[in-house]
Amino acid sequence: MKNDSNSIEDIRAIRKIMEESTRFLSLSGLSGIFAGLTAIAGALFAWFFILDNGSIHYDEYFRNLPEKETISLRWKLIADALAVLLLSVLFSFYFSVKKAKKESKNLWTPVSRRLLINFLIPLVAGGIFVIALLVRNQIQFIVPSFLIFYGLALVSAGKFTFGEVFYLGILEIITGLAAAFVPGWGLSFWIIGFGILHIVYGLAMYRKYEA
Amino acid sequence: MKDLISHINKVFESRIRLGIMSVLMVNESYDFNSLKETLNVTDGNLASHLKALEEKGMIKVNKQFIGRKPNTSYSATETGISEFRHHLKALEKLIREQ
Repeated sequence: MKNDSNSIEDIRAIRKIMEESTRFLSLSGLSGIFAGLTAIAGALFAWFFILDNGSIHYDEYFRNLPEKETISLRWKLIADALAVLLLSVLFSFYFSVKKAKKESKNLWTPVSRRLLINFLIPLVAGGIFVIALLVRNQIQFIVPSFLIFYGLALVSAGKFTFGEVFYLGILEIITGLAAAFVPGWGLSFWIIGFGILHIVYGLAMYRKYEA
Repeated sequence: MKDLISHINKVFESRIRLGIMSVLMVNESYDFNSLKETLNVTDGNLASHLKALEEKGMIKVNKQFIGRKPNTSYSATETGISEFRHHLKALEKLIREQ
């Protein structure tokens, strides 16, 4: 027969295994901080180098121009956004690998697979939708759509990792919806949603779970 | 006290079996290799405990092929789920009455 201290340990072990087998806990707060910094850097680059210190307003003005005149601008903005995305993904992958190694855990588990699928479905849908907006010349809704679909991706992935990711997703959705109602401030909403929210989230997570 | 002990199920009296059941309580199914990594045990050790749980009707085995590779996954049976719940309750009671 077991003694009582063993029962306590058993219960503890059971809780831990249940949590670890349903939630991917190798996400690092550092990923959030870096994603935020990259997003702000991308926005500043767009403002100073692509939009000529903000003298080019890519909203209404942009829409009324013939496509030929704006095509190089568009491509530059897309390249900028893609660079931000790529750097953020690479950074978060790098930090996750590092954190998993430190805690001697596996990165590729049934949970991380579920996390990825649930994250990617809204995100890919959003990506394709944004391409549609670009093709149909609905530039003003690109930043709101990025934020909304990214928020939805976080909400759906939140069930498989830290609960905080769910709330970050809600905030991104709210930011995106607000951006949809306020024309001409896309870049600022981009900085709030992808920059500031990520940094605040990353710092909070890092201090809570890793520091 | 006697009544309490009767709910402590002998089948679950091993850390590894507790671990297997814990994973299968919260996941619809789990494959062999992932179980091995989650619980940090050797192939042989895990296989023998899985066999024991299967024989007692606590878990069921689903054999599948992914491409040409065999893939074995496990899930808890209804009996397994209710037995494990009883076992957990008994454990908790034991602790509380300490």
